[in-house]
Amino acid sequence: MRRSMLFIPSNNPNMIVNGGVLGADSLIFDLEDAVSPDEKDAARDLLQHALEAVDFGKCEIIVRINGLDTPYWEEDLRAILPMKPDAVMPPKVCDAAYIQTLDEKLTELETEFSLEQGRTKIIALLETAVGVENAYAVAAASPRMAALFLGAEDLTADLRCQRTKEGGEIQYARGRVVCGARAAGIEAYDTPFTDVQDLEGLERDASYAKSLGFTGKACISPAHVSTVNRIFSPSQADIAYAKDVFAAIAEAKRQGKGAIALRGKMIDAPIVQRARLVLEAASEIEGVDYLA
Amino acid sequence: MRKLCDTLRTAMEKAGLQNGMTISFHHHLRNGDYVLNMVLETAAQMGLRDLTVNASSVFDCHAPLVDHIQNGVVTGLEANYISSAVGRAVSEGVLAKPVIFRSHGTRPSDILSGRSHIDVAFVAAPTSDPMGNCSGKYGPSACGSLGYAFADAQRADKVIVVTDNLVDYPLTDASITEDFVDFVVKVDAIGDPRGIVSGTTRMPKDPIALKIADYAAQAIDASGLLRDGFSFQTGAGGASLAVADYVKRMMLERKIQGSFALGGITGYMVDMLEAGCFKAIQDVQCFDLRAVQSIRENPNHMEITAAQYASPTAKSTAASNLDVVVLGATQIDTDFNVNVHTDSNGYIIGGSGGHTDVAEEAKLTVIVAPLSRARMSIVVDKVLTVSTPGKSVDLLVTQYGIAVNPARPELAEALKAARLPVKDIQELRQMAVAINGPAVPRLQLTDRVVGQVLGRDSRVQDVIYAVK
Amino acid sequence: MEIKHGAMAGTLESSDIMVTILPNPDGIQIDLTSSVEQYYGDSIRATMHRTLEALGVSSARIEAVDHGALDCTIQARLTTAVRRASREEVAK
Repeated sequence: MRRSMLFIPSNNPNMIVNGGVLGADSLIFDLEDAVSPDEKDAARDLLQHALEAVDFGKCEIIVRINGLDTPYWEEDLRAILPMKPDAVMPPKVCDAAYIQTLDEKLTELETEFSLEQGRTKIIALLETAVGVENAYAVAAASPRMAALFLGAEDLTADLRCQRTKEGGEIQYARGRVVCGARAAGIEAYDTPFTDVQDLEGLERDASYAKSLGFTGKACISPAHVSTVNRIFSPSQADIAYAKDVFAAIAEAKRQGKGAIALRGKMIDAPIVQRARLVLEAASEIEGVDYLA
Repeated sequence: MRKLCDTLRTAMEKAGLQNGMTISFHHHLRNGDYVLNMVLETAAQMGLRDLTVNASSVFDCHAPLVDHIQNGVVTGLEANYISSAVGRAVSEGVLAKPVIFRSHGTRPSDILSGRSHIDVAFVAAPTSDPMGNCSGKYGPSACGSLGYAFADAQRADKVIVVTDNLVDYPLTDASITEDFVDFVVKVDAIGDPRGIVSGTTRMPKDPIALKIADYAAQAIDASGLLRDGFSFQTGAGGASLAVADYVKRMMLERKIQGSFALGGITGYMVDMLEAGCFKAIQDVQCFDLRAVQSIRENPNHMEITAAQYASPTAKSTAASNLDVVVLGATQIDTDFNVNVHTDSNGYIIGGSGGHTDVAEEAKLTVIVAPLSRARMSIVVDKVLTVSTPGKSVDLLVTQYGIAVNPARPELAEALKAARLPVKDIQELRQMAVAINGPAVPRLQLTDRVVGQVLGRDSRVQDVIYAVK
Repeated sequence: MEIKHGAMAGTLESSDIMVTILPNPDGIQIDLTSSVEQYYGDSIRATMHRTLEALGVSSARIEAVDHGALDCTIQARLTTAVRRASREEVAK
């Protein structure tokens, strides 16, 4: 379950220690933009020790490493991999080769540290024009790929356009990222909404991202987490419909019918699959098993 | 008759100020106040000794008070709140007699009943006329409400108004009126406006404070008290202020028409008044410029006296009509007793203010605090000082969950029904220990009492010991 | 590791510790100023000794100003300071 991914600066002890209680499904510990070049070593040491000592509850742990074009990324991985993060997030991913280079390094280090091969997933941050264009190739580049994540701030700089709250300028990129991710069978995450105070704007932006097919959204402020979680959770109507789908299937089985109709519409495989995803998500959020 | 004196010294002489007397001050000028220091400086020049200072609060700007204690001008101190500069000296034993701590409600109660006698009250007044009709709403040192000064003016043997903005008689919108005032003194400045009120009170950005506020607001909602006629008090500090923001959103979204907001008032509460969340503000103390402007201009923003705010012996008070109050804590123990007087090293860093009063009176008392601050657990086995007894406290809201006073089982059920993270307070205590590591306290206090904390019954509720 | 020159790590923020490490002719010397000295002073010094031992540092002078850092933060800041101090070039 990954609806909200909250960025936490990795050189701030107070923020790191409290990360687990901010309500986010995933925490992105940032070694990249949130850390100045002369503090990279300190942030790495701090994050390593904190990941070892602090209980983050049910939060998924993601580490945004420094880019493969910097001198830091290999040391980042060496420091944090033994702490078994769920995923690493490389920035400014441009193509499949980038992911393959990272994949090889992860495999090498997993071997060195006697970790389970392939346990470390990758969430690729697409924030350049070329990266967005290569969305599907990136998504399909490695079995480690868990998700694509659109970063609109750097992207709009690359596109030479203004970043707006309405987001018309990233319409194409959003569609392409969702499409590329889904084509490869992985998840898609939307760019954070950057006006911390504007909760109405966040609501609109997140709802729109959900309507495009995104799985969830990153947050730069803990104040955005509950709104994002709510929007990316299945609605009560979704849950009720999904329950009806499974009830209809059970009823058809009992009667020995092949074709199943619900509310005048045939239930086909995609409907069942969607209903299953809804109930899985609802079960996890509400702590009850709707599929039992 | 002529009340206007040329100098403060003349007024003090005419008032008959003698060795061993008790003089009083209000704290509406907060950390910008010049008047307390000015009076003590003059008293020292007059050769006076053995005075008792009874101030509603003492701030860091009053650090010169320590010198006057050391040279014997002041030998007694009574206050509802003493911040760290003077608090540290008191904790280190500068005074032979223990400081007497009251609450904002108990102080006027004791003054009006005669239990606490004041010989000469000094009323710092941002505007006054020559007869002593005075107000906090106008003038270069405007502070808004003068709520804490009323009891002093009513019962002190002599009342001296000290102003830096003398206007023609009569001042039409006076708070304290001439019938109580003996003398008036004009000085250059009664305070530094930068210390009196802050420009704006800002919403906190600290994510922990916001998380706590979010839980607190949901808990208030779950209590069932957030409905038409709702009344509310919250502090100006971090999480407390953020609670107001969440409560405001809920009130506007659900079109809830509240009754009144109470207490120390910030621009944030003014926004809520103007947005229609409340019909009125009952204001005993303004915290920022927007609150001062509002109390001057908006007839629904009322000035109230400290007795009217929270006196335990008044026939009724705004506090006794209060639904919900959100308060802070420096420590809270597993019996829900709250300490706001001393820090973890035993030094005096504050006091009850209105904490003890509104906690006892409100239908729902919510303490908001992080589980720990810089490795010091807020939830402890036993508080160093009992400022507010645990029986007055209903909820402790931390970022790790909400503890409900076992005396309120129905409240615990309501919170659980709202799917809030209800935890036993012992469990929160254990979580704090798990995070911070087990402490090996070496803190040793002496057996010398430097402070007596009076409860709302005016009896000694707890004592504060000198540090080593 | 050998302490070749002075180095620092950490900040004076709440929940952090600022560690300055300097070469010392003989043994470990720790000067600690902590807001939680009365509760965790001995624990902090013990953590520092353990961390230095694990890093193979046998001689160093440590000046630390602590504002309530947790053990993991103390270990991390001291580790960073040691690594910076043992690099060949003088840290900027």
